[in-house]
Amino acid sequence: MLENFSFRTIVEYLPLFGQGLFTTVWLSALSFVGALAVGIVLCAMNLQRGFLFRAPAKAYIDAVRATPLLAQLYFLYFGLPRLGFVLPELVVGILALSLNSGAYVAEIIRAGILSIPRGQVEASVASGMTYVQRMRLVILPQAFKVTIPPLLGQAIVLVKDSALLSLISVAELTRAGQLLASDRFMPAEGFLTIAAFYLLLYYCLKGLAALSGRWLGTAGART
Amino acid sequence: MIWQQFLSLAGSYPLALRGLGMTVVLSLISLVLGTLLGFGLGILRTGGNRLISSVIGAWVDLIRGTPFLVQIFLIFFILPEFGIELDAFTAGIIALTNLAACFICEIVAAGIRSVPTGQVEAALASGLSRWQRMRQVVLPQAMRIVLPPLVGQYVLLIKDSSVVSAIGLTDLTRVGWLVVQRVPNGLLVFFLVGVGYFIVCYPLIMLARRLERRMGAAHGEVQL
Repeated sequence: MLENFSFRTIVEYLPLFGQGLFTTVWLSALSFVGALAVGIVLCAMNLQRGFLFRAPAKAYIDAVRATPLLAQLYFLYFGLPRLGFVLPELVVGILALSLNSGAYVAEIIRAGILSIPRGQVEASVASGMTYVQRMRLVILPQAFKVTIPPLLGQAIVLVKDSALLSLISVAELTRAGQLLASDRFMPAEGFLTIAAFYLLLYYCLKGLAALSGRWLGTAGART
Repeated sequence: MIWQQFLSLAGSYPLALRGLGMTVVLSLISLVLGTLLGFGLGILRTGGNRLISSVIGAWVDLIRGTPFLVQIFLIFFILPEFGIELDAFTAGIIALTNLAACFICEIVAAGIRSVPTGQVEAALASGLSRWQRMRQVVLPQAMRIVLPPLVGQYVLLIKDSSVVSAIGLTDLTRVGWLVVQRVPNGLLVFFLVGVGYFIVCYPLIMLARRLERRMGAAHGEVQL
């Protein structure tokens, strides 16, 4: 049983957990921005008519979705130095998370854009709008509403995925737990504490998703 | 030089096969157990008992809110403190089954909720028992909603099984990690690891897409 559970050690290690939490938050935020950038580019390529842009985007999305993040992370971690890029672990981690989540973000945005009824597009064509006007004034504002909740869902996944960076020794939250577990042989204290911190982040993002749902009105009110 | 690496890689193919086998066995066992458990939990979750439903909901939230890596560490390092000795394989199976069950529970619950109440009322009025109602009326209709995300969940499960390499199980990812210590070509080694996962996962992704399209079309017909 856990009768030796030491709250005192947790308090002693609290600065370490705090740093880990902080690192997890900012690296996830940065990776999410990266994922949005990757996702928008991929989605734009994927929505083109031409095979030349579509095929690579589709292949990339499929490749990312059919392989585990951990293998992708190791691919970059062990592979980049081979190509002459010797980067710090943290940068490799952020890169891996951005490139991985980007594929999912691309699919979310695509679903959002495709959810706009065909009639809307036809109406804007009939009104003589150009492609850019159509996108900017008709499609994107509506798609935006639909994509926000699943994007926040992806942000939750990203925060949880960032735990894997501890395996390439990035000093984030899970790493802090591992340190406590290995330095003091207190796995219960270490891992239960970080689980609590992750839950905190989870409930924050979940609350945000619920709020955004209320602000934007229930997404996808069909006509 | 490249040629030597290829030879060296070719030499480690029995290890790679064992790794792939481990990945498949782990995923398959926890997929079957997780599906059974998940359906049970999902039915209980929508069964009308407030207490049971909220306990399951809270557990699902706990599992969905924490990284799988942390869950594995908790199971592998903490259950022994309660006197339950685990090897890495059992710990991996428990962690994966639990994860799958929680996600499948929510998928099944959503499917059951999507069945119109009129259907349940009609079944009640026809004098069907609780079990008959579930098996003959609700579940067959819920499956339409459940099936596409269920297959998608299997893909996630196979991918998540790579995380058990962190507690030392020699699955496909771990094999890559071992081989790359010997053959210092991370690009090639993990490309091949990726190919291994792709071969297992991609057919399932295609299946999920097909199901989505078919079920979507079937749904459209009913929804005049």
